Amino acid sequence: MARRIAIASPINVAGEAASHVASRGPSWDGRFTVLILFLPPALLLFTLFVVLPIGEAAWYSGFNWNGFGRPTRWIGFDNYRFVLETRAFWLALRNNGLIVAVSLAVQLPLALTLALMLAEKFRGAVALRMLFFMPYILAEIATGLIFSFVYDGDYGLVASIWRVFGAEPPHLLASTDTAMLAVLIVIVWKYFGFHMMLFIAALQSLDKSLIEAARIDGATRSQSLRHVVIPLLYPTIRLSVFFAIVGSLQLFDLVMPLTRGGPADSSNTMVSFLYNNGISRMRVGYGSAIGVILFVICVTFAFTYKRWFMRDE
Amino acid sequence: MNDAEVTRAPFDPAVLFKAAFLVVVAIFVLVPLLATLLGGFKSLGELRVNPFGLPRHWEWQNYADILFSGRYWQLLRNSLVISTLTVTLTLIVASMAAFTFAHVRFFGSSMLLSYLTLGLLFPAATAVLPLFIKVRDLGLLDTYFGVALPQVAFSLAMSVLLLRRFFKDIPHELLEAALVDGCSYIKFFRYVTLPLSRPILATVGTITFVNSWNAYLLPLVMLNTDALYPWPLGIMIYQGEYSSEWHLILAFITLTILPTIILFLLAQKHIVAGLTAGAVKG
Repeated sequence: MARRIAIASPINVAGEAASHVASRGPSWDGRFTVLILFLPPALLLFTLFVVLPIGEAAWYSGFNWNGFGRPTRWIGFDNYRFVLETRAFWLALRNNGLIVAVSLAVQLPLALTLALMLAEKFRGAVALRMLFFMPYILAEIATGLIFSFVYDGDYGLVASIWRVFGAEPPHLLASTDTAMLAVLIVIVWKYFGFHMMLFIAALQSLDKSLIEAARIDGATRSQSLRHVVIPLLYPTIRLSVFFAIVGSLQLFDLVMPLTRGGPADSSNTMVSFLYNNGISRMRVGYGSAIGVILFVICVTFAFTYKRWFMRDE
Repeated sequence: MNDAEVTRAPFDPAVLFKAAFLVVVAIFVLVPLLATLLGGFKSLGELRVNPFGLPRHWEWQNYADILFSGRYWQLLRNSLVISTLTVTLTLIVASMAAFTFAHVRFFGSSMLLSYLTLGLLFPAATAVLPLFIKVRDLGLLDTYFGVALPQVAFSLAMSVLLLRRFFKDIPHELLEAALVDGCSYIKFFRYVTLPLSRPILATVGTITFVNSWNAYLLPLVMLNTDALYPWPLGIMIYQGEYSSEWHLILAFITLTILPTIILFLLAQKHIVAGLTAGAVKG
């Protein structure tokens, strides 16, 4: 079948066919069959498991409900008030802000520097790229567990370095002062390779003649980097920032094995706050209110960011 | 960029600095991974005094006990079942929808497509409580499908976009010629579109597989029976049971991330291309 079609498709035949189909009237039967068979599975699954739950979250958030039977105790917007009055919510929001800040201040420059180094061809460049990318494909749960060993106050790597200097090893994950910092380091460890790959892909598709032209005009290496290469990378930088923010709003798996959001809610993200306060206690109304707030933050962010920073793409 | 400069001067301080920087980052990435692998070969006592170095005495028993325990294999099997279900369903459902959006003109087409892409805007976690109640009401709680179907639904947006972009590049004249020859849309999809689209199907399959294989939140909420747990849930339970016997936990972690690392080494180009392209084009 496939072969027959391939043979029967030289341009002249195709052109004829187009007019033929048009004149005969569209093969409505065929199109109708496709529409009836091919679209509904996707639309149904998407509506059922993605769109309806969001709508239901908005509805449930008006109730005090533990998930059993039907929701009956309507309490209006009280759940939202409770969420906004919870100190842990603002801590979680602050932590999401911290993640974004570290992504911008540490991860992005690191990824960009490495990309500039590794986009060039030299022995070992590809191996290093792969090595740096590897943490990204590891499960966040496994990464979290590996680092809960690294940070362990009795057996961990950090503890043994401390002992070399004769100091009492700290329990980094158990202190409200250091838990979030420890989580932030793991985030950089896990995600910088992904951002590096974004930059490498962009660098490799850059128009080399522009850089060549700058060089011929007498630009030094750092001048051409600063005035030619980096500006050409702006779209990718904006994309990388976008992913860093979206990623921080979704971060959950990594936090659970490290700290579960503790101690005293000091390392919660929005999603782990949602899990700890809504899901694990089956407080459906309260949890839904958190979900709706998170939804509004995500959608508002996505639209404003795309409108303000990614208009051209 | 400036290849010439790099190769010309072997004692250029900039090159030295660059090499040193790369080595530091490589150590930063490698040390936790190697310490995990080697930690699994140590006794608990040795781990405490020597967490970095090679084991003085190689304890193969830690790994052997896990490999012969059935528990490990059950976790991997569950993960494999859930991921395979998710990937298969995603590829079938998304490619059918993408084909329709790419090749069939109908009223409301672009509206429905933007409807699907709403899924890119927010994470599954936002509505996970109502999702739990929905899955419970459908009687799918504590089944493989209760995890796989929502995963498919959430991977649809990105998958349909990537597939549609690729399908659109298949010349429309080809389809029109085929239709005139009496071929149906469905046969064209089956015998032309799909065989021509292997690279993008592989990309979408890879993204979906990695996401599903590593997923934690959805299985955590939807599954109650240990016998159905995928490995991320199982390893958290294992860690809870052996709380500070780090040598066993490290061996278990090593063995559970091993399939991912092997897959990555075998298909690295594909995986890198898939995950970055998916992110960029989605």
